Amino acid sequence: MRIAPFLFLAVPLAAVAARASEPTPGRQRELVHLVRQDCGSCHGMQLTGGLGLPLTAEALRDKPLEGLEATIHGGRPGTAMPPWKSILSDAEIRWIVEKLMTGFPKE
Amino acid sequence: MRTLLILLLAFLSGCASTPALRGTGDLGIVIERASGRVAIVDTSAHSILARVDGLGDLSHASAVFSRDGRYAYVFGRDGGLTKVDLLLARIDRRVIQAGNSIGGAISQDGRLVVAQNYTPGGIKVFDAATLELLSEVPTGSKVVGLADLAGQRFGYALFDTGEIWLTDLTDPRHPRTRKFKAGQQPYDGLVTPNGRHYLAGLFGEDGIALLDTWQPEAGAKKILENYGKGEEKLPVFKMPHLRGWAVAGNRAYLPAIGRHEVLVVDTATWQEVGRIPVKGQPVFVMARPDGRQVWVNFAFPDNGWVQVIDTHTGQLVQTLQPGKAILHMEFTPRSEEVWLSARDDNTVSIYDTASFARKTTLAAESPSGIFFTSRAHRTGF
Ligand code: HEC
Repeated sequence: MRIAPFLFLAVPLAAVAARASEPTPGRQRELVHLVRQDCGSCHGMQLTGGLGLPLTAEALRDKPLEGLEATIHGGRPGTAMPPWKSILSDAEIRWIVEKLMTGFPKE
Repeated sequence: MRTLLILLLAFLSGCASTPALRGTGDLGIVIERASGRVAIVDTSAHSILARVDGLGDLSHASAVFSRDGRYAYVFGRDGGLTKVDLLLARIDRRVIQAGNSIGGAISQDGRLVVAQNYTPGGIKVFDAATLELLSEVPTGSKVVGLADLAGQRFGYALFDTGEIWLTDLTDPRHPRTRKFKAGQQPYDGLVTPNGRHYLAGLFGEDGIALLDTWQPEAGAKKILENYGKGEEKLPVFKMPHLRGWAVAGNRAYLPAIGRHEVLVVDTATWQEVGRIPVKGQPVFVMARPDGRQVWVNFAFPDNGWVQVIDTHTGQLVQTLQPGKAILHMEFTPRSEEVWLSARDDNTVSIYDTASFARKTTLAAESPSGIFFTSRAHRTGF
């Protein structure tokens, strides 16, 4: 019961933090290109899946945001999903996941 | 008299508005992946002759050619199979044959086109003339590395279940399939230029599965086991591709997974005989048709580089930066030129393979695969 207020607090704080470190518009364009083209080599340019799972808003709807972020950050050992932490910052990964969940922008 | 002649000439040239006769041996296509379009190219004139639209999602598209070199069969990611008439520059036929597809192959006699699919996992067999579906072999797994073999057979590998399957389509409506254990997560396959050995590269373990299709009953064996020597592999941002071009003379040149190396194998003994350090993780390792050079491009983030190995000396002889995001290379049939697609520069560059000079650059939208009709006459293409 006592943790409930914290939960209420935590959500808006996280949202604010994400906005504060949102990638610049120029970087956002690069990220859209990277996701469509280079993630696309496994997930498809339309993100409908390939060797990797589909990354459409519908496919990701019920999956927790943090889990998806962790997958992009660290990859999934034993599968073909590589870790992107050497290429993408945590804030960029968060931005990508938020866009994936709501329908990824076109180039 | 003179005016009559002029009138006659005018009349004749009016009739000649049908296109001039031409052969197909110097034609090809360039996939414009983001636009669902292919450009028809002329390798003699270094030019784009025409563009054909409406081919759907062409991320990861590939193509094979009819034996007469007139038609390209283009396999799209969205399961589209499009038969493009290169002479009339238009779609001859098109079917949507699966939900998610990765490529295809054409039979030894040119009468069957076979598609390899991720969803639903399996292969589908089509009449090359009509694109009528003749049969299918469900696999319960993503299919990779489909290659044509002698005797109307096809070899392919199953990513999820780690097998190599050989399907005999002598009777195309009643496929007969034999199955072999290969290894963990085969990512692509190739058949040697003589059509004898089928190789499946493994992603889930170090090594390559090898099947002698002249005596398949002996089963698949593993070669290049432990080439990574237990060292942790680098993150693989793009799966390498295999095809018959990896073989030059009596050596096969193969991409190492998660390593900045090309592995060299003797095709008589299938033993490793060397490895060549390169700039990044190889994606395509392609022998020039005459086998004198091997050209290598690389996975993200090293995909702006291309390196050339001299097979005679085993040394790297050239490092090039032909553009941003080099996705594919294709040699002219007799090796004097190579065409390279630079996706993020929207260009296709043509290089002289002897001097390494760039001869010309063509504009193309987000180009990926380049395929010339000379593939029509090679096993495994
Ligand atoms: C070399 C192939 C490859 C590349 C490149 C790749 N992925 Fe993946 N990805 C996979 C595979 C395979 C899986 C499925 C793993 C599994 O079986 O759990 C996956 C899973 C995922 C998942 C989890 C999906 C889910 O439903 O759980 C996300 C999110 C994801 N990838 C995002 C990305 C992003 C973003 C990029 C580019 C920055 C990327 N991937 C590039 C192969 C790839």
